[in-house]
Amino acid sequence: MSRLRRTMLYVPGNNPGMIRDAHIYGSDAIMFDLEDSVSLNEKDAARFLVYNALKTVDYGRAETVVRINGLNTPFGREDLEAIVRVQPDVIRLPKTERAEDIQEVDRLLSQIEDTIGMEPGTIQLIAAVESALGVINAYPIAAASPRLVGIAIGAEDFVTDLKTTRSLDGIELLTARSQILFAARAAGIDALDTVFSDVNDEEGFTNEVKLIKQLGFDGKSIINPRQIEIIHNIFMPTQEEINQSVRIIEAIQEAERKGSGVISLDGKMIDKPIVERARRTLDLAAAARVYV
Amino acid sequence: MQIIDIGMAGTLESSDVVIKIEKNPNKGIEIYLKSSVENQFGLQIRKVIQDTLAKLGISDVIVDVNDKGALDCTIEARVKTAVHRAAHNTEYRWGDR
Repeated sequence: MSRLRRTMLYVPGNNPGMIRDAHIYGSDAIMFDLEDSVSLNEKDAARFLVYNALKTVDYGRAETVVRINGLNTPFGREDLEAIVRVQPDVIRLPKTERAEDIQEVDRLLSQIEDTIGMEPGTIQLIAAVESALGVINAYPIAAASPRLVGIAIGAEDFVTDLKTTRSLDGIELLTARSQILFAARAAGIDALDTVFSDVNDEEGFTNEVKLIKQLGFDGKSIINPRQIEIIHNIFMPTQEEINQSVRIIEAIQEAERKGSGVISLDGKMIDKPIVERARRTLDLAAAARVYV
Repeated sequence: MQIIDIGMAGTLESSDVVIKIEKNPNKGIEIYLKSSVENQFGLQIRKVIQDTLAKLGISDVIVDVNDKGALDCTIEARVKTAVHRAAHNTEYRWGDR
């Protein structure tokens, strides 16, 4: 089963209580933040805290992601030096604008992996795009390194760069979201949506999740555990979709046994995209622990 | 690492701990602990602080501790931060300790 990234829970890197409890809510991923949620004079403290937590706490099945500071800040390189040694699954680079930004992180990761005797390529990457330039370069960024597993849009900085603000229907983000999605699909990686900041606006949040699912996104960053269940429910396939997917998979297995090249179900040809969609439906169902 | 200043780290939020480190020339390590869980975990908290200081090679310091139920890994992180701040040291030597 491929890794699901429906929900990525933000955890401020200098908050021990949230760091301790982050995995109990069941998000697919936990993102420990060393960047914008940490004030400049607490960068050292947050780095030690996240380093020690990842060394000690068992986060179970959740994917562990650390958002480092940009390499153009005084903190980014030290973040990498520390965090790679406690082996999170993924490093998330903020404010990515060019393929070269990712290639530089890739090179530094390789150096550190080599120094400490870690298998080359162990640490994966997510690129977050938060400016007009980043969106324009989305595909070169998404294709910049084999370590990349996802490209994300960070909307707050992006709308500021566009000289606008966020609206409930998200019209100002539509082009950027589409571009990020095309880049992700063309590069064969995940497309990850931005946070929805008003935790109390459940209806607005639900609408946004439905929109990004329909666009094709794999998931979304979240700032509050209350948002997890809503996303997981919206991404959960219906029983009808699950049943049909099971029949499709059984039909190809049957055809493979018989050595038959062309597969049909209910008189319709089953081709590769239909099989891929069926597999993804069953992955999502399995993640929701729906009986298949 | 040489302690040359007073170094502080941490907050008074739940699950955190405030650590204050200052030099204590030739008098060893003195720990003054205030904790919401002192009766249950006082010895363990002192041990984590002693062990962390030993790993950093620090021997003569006064440590003021105001604990709000921090995990061992949080206490260790706050002690390391406070020591590095008190030593004005940014050579972190990750992985060594």
